[in-house]
Amino acid sequence: MGKVLPTLQKRRASLASGRAQQQVLSRVPLERSFRESLFASGLHPLRATGIGTLQVNVGKKCNQTCHHCHVDAGPDRTEMMPDEVVDAFLDVLGRTDIPVLDITGGAPEIHKRFDEMVIRAREMGRKVIDRCNLTITLLPNYSYLPEFLAEHQVEVVASLPYFKEGQTDAQRGDGVFQQSIEALRRLNAQGYGQPGSGLTLNLVTNPVGAFLPANQEAMEIRWRRELRLRFGIEFNHLFTITNLPISRFLEYLQESGNLEAYMTRLVNAYNPAAAAHVMCRDTLSVGWDGTLYDCDFNQMLELPLEGSAPRTIMDFDQALLEEREIAIGPHCYGCTAGAGSSCGGAVT
Amino acid sequence: MADHYYNSPDLKRFSEIGKEAPELADAFFAWYGKVFEEGALTAREKALIALAVSHAVQCPYCIEAWTDGCLEKGSDAEEMTEAIHVAAAIRGGASLVHGVQMRNHLEKLGM
Repeated sequence: MGKVLPTLQKRRASLASGRAQQQVLSRVPLERSFRESLFASGLHPLRATGIGTLQVNVGKKCNQTCHHCHVDAGPDRTEMMPDEVVDAFLDVLGRTDIPVLDITGGAPEIHKRFDEMVIRAREMGRKVIDRCNLTITLLPNYSYLPEFLAEHQVEVVASLPYFKEGQTDAQRGDGVFQQSIEALRRLNAQGYGQPGSGLTLNLVTNPVGAFLPANQEAMEIRWRRELRLRFGIEFNHLFTITNLPISRFLEYLQESGNLEAYMTRLVNAYNPAAAAHVMCRDTLSVGWDGTLYDCDFNQMLELPLEGSAPRTIMDFDQALLEEREIAIGPHCYGCTAGAGSSCGGAVT
Repeated sequence: MADHYYNSPDLKRFSEIGKEAPELADAFFAWYGKVFEEGALTAREKALIALAVSHAVQCPYCIEAWTDGCLEKGSDAEEMTEAIHVAAAIRGGASLVHGVQMRNHLEKLGM
């Protein structure tokens, strides 16, 4: 892999702080606030509808330093979910019927208890999602992953911004594209993405720049053709995800002079149907230190849960959390623009 | 002249064209929207055509709007650059092919 960029935290950039990011966003003039848009759509206050997914961010360490990363993850990050938090979320899974465990990071596979999280959640009969950057599976200590993930029927959601090298490396770092293709081949060889295997391989694409993602359905058709023709790669679905103005993507927007125009673009593309189906309504996000959030984006902005909802996974209260009011901000326009955006792609 | 003749924010005022002739404007915008829907051509292909034509008619508003449009339909810079070469080739060819008119006239006047 090419040169690894330092994270915001390593550079001691002001945007390393979630609160500083919130302040920057609050200063961007918008035609209407997200709250006003929700009001106009009859959706305020936005409330959770349940907990269909427990999304755990197990740490910020990653072998890549992607330019758009909302986590500010990278090799220099040291935050890693401690044992008591891992035990607590596995305990919550065990005493509830939350059907999906979504493991993210950083590169979540780096966590020393990643395998155990997978095995125990699968033993409980839960669907497990691994948000994989692909290149991690080529590193010597992690080359067992394709076989391990297949053995435990983990759904792999893998990042690949484009089917060409230039755009992919521009976003994710020099050399990432070729390594990602090799990683996809190894996953395919285990049966991932192959018809009838039962092993799901979904790809995620974020726009390489300050614009909205293309139509997910149309892109999936094109990606399938291109990846098959160029590299013989198979996959199940393509998820298009909007870049949220958080962390390193926020820094890019500021430095490129695109911040205000990008926020205007998001506001103008506000879609009430997408707002009604935002993923935070059905997801509970757990930070590496056990703090609870409405989503991974709020987590990075250090935007805590609203009201009387418990604040940590150790104080989990299903009834209170399932009807909590969602904490919102201008960044939420990123999930409601156009066809909407979530960890599972478009929502409409 | 201090001001530019073409200002990017003016594109947002396009709908003002309907102030004096609302029915015509409504018909135009409805038709315009319909043209770019998915059809026998994909919306992405239509956006690439629109980008090429924008360059052929040299409309700064259109170039900006359809650069956005192409990106948000999933095209990349390589495809977009090839599209405007198509426009440029037709424009260049259209000039050059008129050389036949020149030759016709030359042949008429010459000995």
